[in-house]
Amino acid sequence: MAARLRGVTVDRPQSANAASLRHDVPSAASPADTDALRGPRRRFVVLPGHLVAALLAAAILGTLAAVAWAVGGLSALTEWDWRALRFTLWQAALSATLSALLAVPVARALARRRFPGRGLLVTLLGAPFILPVIVAIMGLIAIFGRNGFVNDSLRGLGLPEMSVYGWQGVILAHVFFNLPLSVRLILQGWQAIPAERFRLAASLDFAPRDIARHLERPMLRSVLPGVWLAVFLVCLTSFTVALALGGGPGATTVELAIYQAFRFDFDLGRAATLGLVQIALCVGALLLARWIAVPAGFGAGMDGPALPPAPGGWRKGGDALAIAAAAAFLLTPLLSVTAAGLPRLVVLPGEVWTAALRSVIMAVTSATLAVAACLALALAIARGAGRWVEAAGMLPLVASPLVLGTGLFILLRDMATPQQMALPVTVAVNAAMALPFGLRALIPAAQALQADYGQLAASLDLRGLARLRLLVLPRLARPLGFAGGLAAALAMGDLGVITLFASDQPTLPLKLYQLMNSYRMADASAAAVLLMTLSFALFWIFDRGGR
Amino acid sequence: MLEFRDILLRQGGFTLAADFALPQGRHAVIGASGSGKSTLLALVGGFLSPERGRLVWDGQDITGMAPGRRPVSTLFQHHNLFPHLTVAQNVGMGLRPDLRLDRAQKDRVTQVLEEVGLGGTADRRPGALSGGQQGRVALARVLLRARPLLLLDEPFAALGPALKSEMLALLSRIVDETGATVLMVTHDPADARAFAPLTVLVEDGRAHAPCPTGPLLDDPPPGLRAYLG
Repeated sequence: MAARLRGVTVDRPQSANAASLRHDVPSAASPADTDALRGPRRRFVVLPGHLVAALLAAAILGTLAAVAWAVGGLSALTEWDWRALRFTLWQAALSATLSALLAVPVARALARRRFPGRGLLVTLLGAPFILPVIVAIMGLIAIFGRNGFVNDSLRGLGLPEMSVYGWQGVILAHVFFNLPLSVRLILQGWQAIPAERFRLAASLDFAPRDIARHLERPMLRSVLPGVWLAVFLVCLTSFTVALALGGGPGATTVELAIYQAFRFDFDLGRAATLGLVQIALCVGALLLARWIAVPAGFGAGMDGPALPPAPGGWRKGGDALAIAAAAAFLLTPLLSVTAAGLPRLVVLPGEVWTAALRSVIMAVTSATLAVAACLALALAIARGAGRWVEAAGMLPLVASPLVLGTGLFILLRDMATPQQMALPVTVAVNAAMALPFGLRALIPAAQALQADYGQLAASLDLRGLARLRLLVLPRLARPLGFAGGLAAALAMGDLGVITLFASDQPTLPLKLYQLMNSYRMADASAAAVLLMTLSFALFWIFDRGGR
Repeated sequence: MLEFRDILLRQGGFTLAADFALPQGRHAVIGASGSGKSTLLALVGGFLSPERGRLVWDGQDITGMAPGRRPVSTLFQHHNLFPHLTVAQNVGMGLRPDLRLDRAQKDRVTQVLEEVGLGGTADRRPGALSGGQQGRVALARVLLRARPLLLLDEPFAALGPALKSEMLALLSRIVDETGATVLMVTHDPADARAFAPLTVLVEDGRAHAPCPTGPLLDDPPPGLRAYLG
């Protein structure tokens, strides 16, 4: 689910990158002059990006068409399925509301206080984006499960226990993943308030209450709708969380219902109908996103030049509490899994290591495919390819992984067995899902490259592979590494489409899920540590490679 | 000789017409902001194609030729060097864009760098050089490419007066050496007088046939007079 941050504008570092590449844009040029400087716009040339876009559009639209073809009609949907639709909307709205509201005090505290470890904490807030969902679920079970710290305490106080399964668990996990995202987005809002405003407020002797009314609340009014929508979009296609913690009549999402129809009832018609419902949800949410500006997903959390005023008294204690509570909520689950799993790492059974190796190979393949496709698309877009090229790159946003998996199964079932399909389909779907993120990182950088060096390269007859080697790869190395790191980490941790197909050649997340289901919790914890380490390591290696 | 044969170029609502021949030698391009000076250069450089008319160089039609294949070197206003490549690589691209240079070609690069007073900077990145030195690197590449047409779009506008005249002097030397035909966009009448005996005036959507620089600037037509102040 962290892996499904759909429709969200990713990435501040890259746009900052693009801006730094563009340090001296011709400023004195008149409209006619600037137009002339925009680069070759002569006859139509077929670029690799056009081919990639055509292939991508054919593959995704073809797959969706296969789904539509198999639709059993709305009557195929049972009362259960309609409940899944209602639950999907309800849990997404509730998760978004809780995440956004809880994030406000934490973001305010982080904005106005400085303390040792603050930078690290802000960086860590970006980590859930590439944290494998199944690992976080293990952590949440360790803390909030029957024998976890929270229920132990509740029992000790004579209070009723809480369950980590069912709708509470789904909401809890969604808040776990999206609270950090929301904090970062709102923190950016706080840091975007000009320091002069706060200085003016100080010179007018504003009390904290006045500052809240005149500066902070207007900012929140403009930022919160976007934050809410960003989380809502992520939670709409939630699968892994619902699979592991939800299920049952009260906690099944549409995505999970597709899986159940496919896997348990083997009712392809119903799975396809549910797939159409899921597509409609995504399209609807994307239309909503056109109205409300969805902010950048994981910025660098830069520090502004000046701090907002930091009032003392009880507010200081309140801020400390907000930060400590958020940090504890985010860190204890992971620390608990790590503590349980680390000692067992060396005695993990060989099958887990095999699954890990399989996953790494698949993740690297997926990332390579995604980055190559993103690069071709971004370069074509930067050279003024039609809007359809960009639209093709964003198509994965309307097709959820399980919908694509169902469609690919329908298309390929006469040619291959589900076992044979499992790994290639997983690699392809993960590569497709990474495209929108990669493109958001690469398009601005490719456009800056074209604007700055397109004419120079053309005038020197620098073309084709030489252009790629001497100009494009060196100048786009950073966003390429970043996009590759994201794609690899997301693919590494993904437990989605593979659940439709395979069990004899599991990926590491699937293996971990199987260990959990057979109550081998010690091995599961160790596998979780391994999975988390590999995901972060893949991201780090790619991202470093780009610098 | 460069011939603009009945050319009409359209850019949105903006049009530029040109119908004249440019003899060998140095020419300034002068006109008010937004008159289309850079558009004229982009046309010759191959970055814009005309809606009508032909562009002919020494009897050869170059209207549809790709920018890098034209008998043209361009110095842009900005971004004349690749910041991630060394000085030697930037200059070497003038010989082979893919930089697979043989021994003799590498020697040529070193020699040209010496010629523009940049000996010893071959392995530095442009970012480590001063603005004037960066201009010299770009000029060294022009020298190496030795194309018969040279387009300059106010390349030295960002330099101070002393550096600018130094650059213009180096440019004059290079132009004399290569015998290139030059079109130089400038905002500064003094540069035009010092460097170019003939000037192309761009006004009212038309590039006019070159006429002697001195008399044109002494008695400018009304539009240019308003611009020069």
